[in-house]
Amino acid sequence: MSTPVAEKKEKLSVPFDYNKYLRPNKLPHIWCPGCGHGIVLKAMLRAIDKAGLDKNNIALVSGIGCSSRTPGYVDFNTLHTLHGRALPFATGIKLAKPEMKVIVVTGDGDALAIGGNHFIHACRRNIDITVLVFTNATYGMTGGQYSPTTPLESIATTSRYGNIEPPFDTCEMAKASGATFVARGTAYHTIELEKTIHEAITHKGTSVVDIIDACPTYFGRANKFKSATQMMEEIEKDGTVNVKQAASLPPEKLAGKMLRGVLHKVERPEYCEKYETLIMEKANAKK
Amino acid sequence: MAEKKKKLLQGNEACVEGALYAGCRFYAGYPITPSTEIMEGMSVRLPKLGGKFIQMEDEIGGIAAALGGSLAGLKSMTATSGPGFSLKQECIGYACLTEIPLVIVDVMRGGPSTGYPTGPSQSDIMQAKWGTHGDHPVIALTPSTVPEILTETIRAFNLAEQFRTPVMVLYDEILGHMREPVTIPNPGEFAVEDRAKPEVKPEDYYPYDDKFLIAPLAPFGSGYRFHVTGLNHKQDGFPTNDSKVIRENNLRIMRKVDINRETIWKNEEVMLDDAEVVIFTVGSTARSARFAVNELRKVGVKAGLLRPLTIWPFPDRAVAEISSRVKAIIVPELNLGQMTLEVERVAKGRCAVEGLYRVDGEPITPSQIFHEVRKYL
Ligand SMILES: Cc1ncc(C[n+]2csc(CCOP(=O)(O)OP(=O)(O)O)c2C)c(N)n1
Ligand code: SF4
Ligand SMILES: [Mg+2]
Repeated sequence: MSTPVAEKKEKLSVPFDYNKYLRPNKLPHIWCPGCGHGIVLKAMLRAIDKAGLDKNNIALVSGIGCSSRTPGYVDFNTLHTLHGRALPFATGIKLAKPEMKVIVVTGDGDALAIGGNHFIHACRRNIDITVLVFTNATYGMTGGQYSPTTPLESIATTSRYGNIEPPFDTCEMAKASGATFVARGTAYHTIELEKTIHEAITHKGTSVVDIIDACPTYFGRANKFKSATQMMEEIEKDGTVNVKQAASLPPEKLAGKMLRGVLHKVERPEYCEKYETLIMEKANAKK
Repeated sequence: MAEKKKKLLQGNEACVEGALYAGCRFYAGYPITPSTEIMEGMSVRLPKLGGKFIQMEDEIGGIAAALGGSLAGLKSMTATSGPGFSLKQECIGYACLTEIPLVIVDVMRGGPSTGYPTGPSQSDIMQAKWGTHGDHPVIALTPSTVPEILTETIRAFNLAEQFRTPVMVLYDEILGHMREPVTIPNPGEFAVEDRAKPEVKPEDYYPYDDKFLIAPLAPFGSGYRFHVTGLNHKQDGFPTNDSKVIRENNLRIMRKVDINRETIWKNEEVMLDDAEVVIFTVGSTARSARFAVNELRKVGVKAGLLRPLTIWPFPDRAVAEISSRVKAIIVPELNLGQMTLEVERVAKGRCAVEGLYRVDGEPITPSQIFHEVRKYL
């Protein structure tokens, strides 16, 4: 298997002082051993550090789920909302205070099932919010039911005979809905993920990163993965290919693989800026 | 002093005036009859004041965004009607537990379900109280004229900010769409309350500091970094499984409204001193009741009107007091007895309590009330 481009060139900036951003007295976290969510959290913190953001100016907003517990552990303005509702809460904060950096951390169930409508509309508005979707193909928090990203035929506690619902392609959906930055990463490719998140949070407009990570406790056990590492290797490493490498690979090597990296990036006027320049100006001109 | 502006306004327009007067600078919602004029008005007026307006993809998004706006420090509001009010319930509970100030206007239409969108009703009285799960504090105001919609909307914002809790304004479709002359108040004419700001340094700040009954709420992005969750939490805002802390917090959010109920209650009393039969009602029904009381007095019947402008917390003291000295309390309402239940609870059999209900999308008329009262004499 070829190694991803990013990992060859760059090294993790060790030692990285995570404590600068964590709330150490809120640890240990609730996540199971082998869960991918913590790896994503660390990549996010390194990306935030690289972007030089001020902690006072970051709002980290989540819904409900294992992944949505992330905000509790980090020292920003943190908001743990209701299942599926992170995006509208985040939209309110961003519109009220456009100078804030608003990041949403959300599960695949949170973002795409119960919150699916908010997801597509946030993308459509192109409001300057970064959405990190922790895609573990299951409802971790409620014990492993199938989610909108569970692959066909997979076993879950509510698909004991195999899942018959096809999964969403989160990136295609985000792009079609109007998000101006769409990317995919995995918890396995942690340095590449850090770069991707960094690019997402420095992009102006709705940026979506679909992050493939693993729930060894439920998805892993139900689908007979031997270990958390084997699961990461099979799903995240072997099941994906970097979009840059993909360009030079024959179609048979790409079959059944998800693309990683920045998949879509365009410039389009951002919602809050349009509100300021179009609505506010016209309203005040009319006075 | 600037000359007062008198305007012929629709109830929903008066609501917009009241909200802006109170300092509302954020609105998020979803259109629904008969409340839509509020959001249309806000979409025009807010940008002129530097405020923010957004039409969300549904009512849940509307209230959630409004809560985000409030947490970012702007006085925020959403408005809706029956079906939308149902959708907002989960977020109302979230606002109660996280103690985020918000005003929710519910212009009541016929239900259940899509019901009668253009017909009046008062059938969300109990939904306002019990619509979201869990015990939680509720403040709900019930204006009955267009000018009162303006002033009660101001009061709703003041209560929401003072008590760090969602406050509802309930009125029916008749009031939402009827027009009456309204005097736009001058600045300073009505008190406008702003939420308390923390006086401690950020490192000493707790969003639910148990030194307070109602702790100051710092806006997001102001240097006070804190955590907000809909899970039961400690004074620092972080989740807890400590049963003592959970109990204390659940009791405190009730207590902050309960012990202040005297200042939240507001009743109009019409000819109660010598009344033998009293009509208890709100909203547009109170207009018919007032007319009926006058007619009854003309024919020598000692009728009176007790009209709460605060329906939640329920005006227990006023109802208890009146029940001990009248023959009957008549409760006309555009539902099948939601307020009547409460009046019965408080009257405890000290006088007769009789409901007068209508759910056909038509108002209760003065003559209906007139004849109902006469039955008790
Ligand atoms: C309105 C509502 N419905 C259902 C739930 C129960 N619930 C909590 S988390 C969750 C699924 C979480 O899955 P996901 O968003 O993928 O996060 P994960 O735990 O997998 O990280 C569900 C169904 C809830 N809290 N609220
Ligand atoms: S249940 Fe799954 S998603 Fe939740 S913490 Fe455990 S491994 Fe992670
Ligand atoms: Mg999940």
